[in-house]
Amino acid sequence: MIALLVRDLRLAVRAGGGFGLGLAFFLIVTVLVPFGVGPDTGLLARIAPGVLWIGALLACLLSLDRILALDWEDGSLDLLATAPLPMEGIVTVKALAHWITTGLPLVVAAPVLGVLLNLPLGGYSWVFVSLALGTPALSVIGTFGAALTVGLKRGGLLLSLLVLPLYVPTLIFGAEVARRGAEGLDVQVPLLMLAGISFGALALLPFASAAVLRINLR
Amino acid sequence: MENSDTDRTLRADDLTVARGGVAVLEGVSFVLDPGRALVLRGPNGSGKTTLLRTIAGLQPATAGAVEGAGERIAYAAHADGLKSMLTVTENLTFWAQVFGFADIAGAMAAFDLLSLQDRLAGSLSAGQKRRLGLARLMVTGRPVWVLDEPTVSLDAASVALFADAVRGHLARGGSALMATHIDLGLEADVLDVTPFKAKPRAAVEDEAFL
Repeated sequence: MIALLVRDLRLAVRAGGGFGLGLAFFLIVTVLVPFGVGPDTGLLARIAPGVLWIGALLACLLSLDRILALDWEDGSLDLLATAPLPMEGIVTVKALAHWITTGLPLVVAAPVLGVLLNLPLGGYSWVFVSLALGTPALSVIGTFGAALTVGLKRGGLLLSLLVLPLYVPTLIFGAEVARRGAEGLDVQVPLLMLAGISFGALALLPFASAAVLRINLR
Repeated sequence: MENSDTDRTLRADDLTVARGGVAVLEGVSFVLDPGRALVLRGPNGSGKTTLLRTIAGLQPATAGAVEGAGERIAYAAHADGLKSMLTVTENLTFWAQVFGFADIAGAMAAFDLLSLQDRLAGSLSAGQKRRLGLARLMVTGRPVWVLDEPTVSLDAASVALFADAVRGHLARGGSALMATHIDLGLEADVLDVTPFKAKPRAAVEDEAFL
């Protein structure tokens, strides 16, 4: 399992691995928003938490189709399926590798990019906390989508269509935590809901991903 | 007839295998004892790959049973499962770690990969990639090799290396089940899958669409 994680991380940082692409996309989206909505600092401060969350979500989406498709193409997935690793473990490690290479950089970068959006002072820590809590769910749900579409040519668009609706609860509660934090309100309820969604997805979806992957490998 | 080798035998019993919901082979039975090799023969599309994937556990059999497979199988198919941005050593080490095996030097030497060890797998020729893919079998530590067209894109010298590796594996009490069209010079049993070709059953198939 650790060998698989190390291999995936190593592949991500080698040429063509796509490490940093999501982060760069996040940066560009966040920079584009002030150009689009104008320099009204009050408006920017109000939409900043939501923009950061949508930007992070789209950046996450960008790299989902690489989670399993590359391993399927070169036959690694068949070989991993016959290896002494449980399929549930394989998809969990894949999701973890995706989170480390995509989600974690977004979590770290979001407060910095908050400056560009005039994020209120109280919002920085809550943007960080909500993304730290929510992005693992994005990776796990995304891995489920990748397992559903593995083996399809040009499955990337279908993957987005499948996964985006599943991202809605995470987005609602994640952005709500960030918004309430930014406005100095009580964040407990949405924070607990966000944590519930993340841990629920972490606990259940690897089994679903492994099941659809087994069917797709036939 | 019970002996110590019984549980190390790979046994297929009245196996029916399907591809895309359509049965391709039915009633396949064979026994593969330790130290033996079994070569599958049959024309393209006769179901050799489907049979091998079923034995490897990648898809369920429609009917019948496979005994002595599961965690004892090392499977190698057309795709070698290599990462082009990892070096030869890194690729092989990864698979060795996955299978809980430490030593890759033997496998590297057996397939003449030592001079290539620091090259990226993506820069290898097709035959060299194939050799690396086959070297993976030796770091799985598994007794039953299930091989689908293992000699594709290998030159004569590499085929000889591969035949030696299989011979060594058999001598250590392993066994090999392979689909191949060329003669490796092994002392192997041959199973022609053509007689097991499934009969078309249009009437039965139609019910699925009701």
